[in-house]
Amino acid sequence: MSLHFVEFELNGCQIDGMVEARRTLLDFLRCDVGCTGPHAGCEHGVCGACTVLVEGQAVRSCLMLAVQANGKTVETVEGLSGGPKELHPIQQLFREEFALQCGFCTPGFLMTLVALDRSEPRPNAAEMREALSGHLCRCTGYQGVLRVIDRLTEDRK
Amino acid sequence: MHLPLSEMYNEPDDRNVLDRMRQGVIGQPLDRPEGALKVSGQATYAAEWRIDGCVEGVLVLAEIAQGQVTAIDRDAALARDGVLAVIADPAMTRRSAQGMAAKAPQQDAAKVEYFGQPVALVVARTFEQARDAAVALRVDYADAAEPVPFDPHAPDVKVEAPSSSKPVEGGDLDQAMRDAAFSVDVEYDTPGHASAAMEPHATIAQWQGDSLILHGSYQMLAYNVKEIADCLGISPDKVRIIAPYVGGGFGSKLGITHEAVAAALAARELGRPVRVVMSRQQVFQTVMRRSETRQRVRLAADAGGRLIGLGHEALVSNLPGEKFAEPVTQATEFLYGGENRLLKVEVARISRLTAGSVRAPGEAVGMQVLEAAMDELAEKIGIDPIELRKRNLPATVPVQGTPYSSRMLTQALEQGAQAFGWSARQDRPCQTRDGDWWVGMGVASAARVNMMVPAQARVTLRADGSALVETDQTDIGTGSYAILGQIAGEMLGLPMARVDVKLGDSALPPGAGSGGSFGAISTGSAVLYACEEIRKRLAKILGCAAEELVLKDGTASHGDAAPRPLRDVLGGEDLTTTGKIKPGKTAKAFSQASYGAFFAEVGVHAFTGEVRVRRMTGVFGFGRVLNAKTARSQCLGGMVWGIGSALTEELAFDTRDGHLVNHDLAEYHVPVHADVPAIEVILLEERDAAASPLQAKGVGELGICGAAGAIANAVYNACGVRVRSFPLTLDKIVPSLPDPFAQTL
Ligand code: FES
Ligand code: FES
Repeated sequence: MSLHFVEFELNGCQIDGMVEARRTLLDFLRCDVGCTGPHAGCEHGVCGACTVLVEGQAVRSCLMLAVQANGKTVETVEGLSGGPKELHPIQQLFREEFALQCGFCTPGFLMTLVALDRSEPRPNAAEMREALSGHLCRCTGYQGVLRVIDRLTEDRK
Repeated sequence: MHLPLSEMYNEPDDRNVLDRMRQGVIGQPLDRPEGALKVSGQATYAAEWRIDGCVEGVLVLAEIAQGQVTAIDRDAALARDGVLAVIADPAMTRRSAQGMAAKAPQQDAAKVEYFGQPVALVVARTFEQARDAAVALRVDYADAAEPVPFDPHAPDVKVEAPSSSKPVEGGDLDQAMRDAAFSVDVEYDTPGHASAAMEPHATIAQWQGDSLILHGSYQMLAYNVKEIADCLGISPDKVRIIAPYVGGGFGSKLGITHEAVAAALAARELGRPVRVVMSRQQVFQTVMRRSETRQRVRLAADAGGRLIGLGHEALVSNLPGEKFAEPVTQATEFLYGGENRLLKVEVARISRLTAGSVRAPGEAVGMQVLEAAMDELAEKIGIDPIELRKRNLPATVPVQGTPYSSRMLTQALEQGAQAFGWSARQDRPCQTRDGDWWVGMGVASAARVNMMVPAQARVTLRADGSALVETDQTDIGTGSYAILGQIAGEMLGLPMARVDVKLGDSALPPGAGSGGSFGAISTGSAVLYACEEIRKRLAKILGCAAEELVLKDGTASHGDAAPRPLRDVLGGEDLTTTGKIKPGKTAKAFSQASYGAFFAEVGVHAFTGEVRVRRMTGVFGFGRVLNAKTARSQCLGGMVWGIGSALTEELAFDTRDGHLVNHDLAEYHVPVHADVPAIEVILLEERDAAASPLQAKGVGELGICGAAGAIANAVYNACGVRVRSFPLTLDKIVPSLPDPFAQTL
């Protein structure tokens, strides 16, 4: 199968590569780039674990082909902070509120929340909850994530 | 004093060692130490290791349910772009290993026993090439000469007594039912469930000479090493499994499954690393299911509401010859009285993927049915369901006469009633209306057996005064990193920043593994014992008795002596030792279980029958709380599984051809947070010395054991519809709904 040239901005760095048209953005990020923060939980748009930001919008990267990202801006969980020692405020809230156990679903929740947090006008708690209802977590029972939302929206009042 | 550090846990350890320590970290709601890695995308899960030259394998699943593979068109596959190998080796597994099997599961994948069983592996340079060739691979089959039924209730199904459990029989249940002032005799169905851990099973296999390294997603490494080695016919010391971060397990990763063996075989054949990641659909179809159950519960009570008879009989299913049978009546054995009893599980031999452990095997489905039946009995007697439960707590385990180690059930029921506002509950259904919704409340007991399994952990007090805990124990999200570090920190008087915990590598001393809620108490006890030994050695250096030694904030002192930094005391030496524990006489001498109570308020839509859980409270007593945050999170997660079990989760098999109809997360409905209301969790403080030297019991599964019963009981209390088939979907409720225009009845 023929290869296509793709280049885009990933977490602030310009990257490029040759990729088959059938390769998803998720697999391109994970396997070709080695950016494994986005996780594959279902590979058909149901679980949200693969969520990344494309042009600032939360996107399920299992449902997008890598070639479609050409020329765009892509952000993954790795780009939110300088690593485990300097966490983004929402990452920090996730830790503090125990919004994760195994952590497999976590990057997806984070990216959707970050997109919401940045959007104007800023959504309220109910809208944030609504937007997160398409993310699956099998471990935590969701209460920690909901407290993160409460704290995020409290901070703004 | 001689410390009872014998490996076998024969006597309850009443010394309460942890309570005498000074650091004050045990029990605290501390954050998980690996949390920062996980929120920044840096924790490496099985499929994510970068290994040079690694190629990709994709499993090929059977498209028939029962028969024999007669031919595989390798040549056509190998002619495709990038394809390197088609593996159809007799060593490939056709069933998954059960938890703690420590030996190979059924191999020879050419014999097809259920729809979707793996029959081959296609390996190619890229994942897409392998997937393409796997889909196109032509496999010819011969149908089985003597197929077994797909349906556990088929007339010709073979029903057997399981080899794994014996019935409990006492007195004369039939007579008790005849003598009873009040009785219920009801049949409930529960469907099959999937663990649906968010990380699909994945393995990267790599040979170095005749040694195999697997990066995999597993719960119990010491057992998994033996299972892999047995499958491949090599010595266990040639196998190493690395799994520091596991994306959930819930039973599905207790034993090895197909992708690990297939990857190892392919890597051996190709002489290069091979990665096999299962698709979500493959995980559903081939790994492990919780059996569906049909349960008959008989309850016979005297005029005072005391049980004189109790029957709990279940029909479960599994593949022919498979030992595991969902132990549905496990908690019924000890929970309530009723000397005249019959508790029994039978297993129907059918063609569906392997049935095995899914979170809280036994209690998860047994308790929800028993607790729903208890609600039916309370209604017949006309007493409060909490009162019925409190009246029926026996002094010793019926029939066996074993004493209870500790039991917080009454406290949980009473404290929960208070916190939840149970007194506002209406005795009769259809009394509370909120707009278009009937509103009701339900209660259920929680119970889950406590188990200890053999475990080892190595602890090193380093010369610089920091500590290292090492064991092959996994952390599947449960909090092993946090808890094991806290035990060491408490015992050695170190703040958490000075304790490192290394897990998930089979080269380390064998911990308990994660399963059956036993990981924290078993491996934690091994850590405790190792730390006690280190304390003894420190005491010797300081010339005092171990009991006099005070360790706090990295210093050691005794008597009136001024605290000295550990670094000085150690004088450049590391102190290292391995703690070991095994279950002993306490396991049989006491009935050990964790207990609790669930309270649920639900709304049932008066027109559509839709059920929404409005709020829930869970109160739990499981011995010492090792970390209030991880424990709470386990309970919350469990209760949400209860919501799934009550309302949404169901494996649907087509009984015509045996295929699993809803084999993905779009069709198998795991609750999302919109299904989950505010949940309150209350943890009761308790010490249970019979359970472990930590005085702790297991909590990982307790939150699910009975939760769905409370929801079903609340549904009845709301709208007067008793559904005896889980999940309580609206189609089962609508036909019996009362007049929606009546505001109360
Ligand atoms: S992997 Fe993309 S939504 Fe599940
Ligand atoms: S933390 Fe495990 S799936 Fe969410």
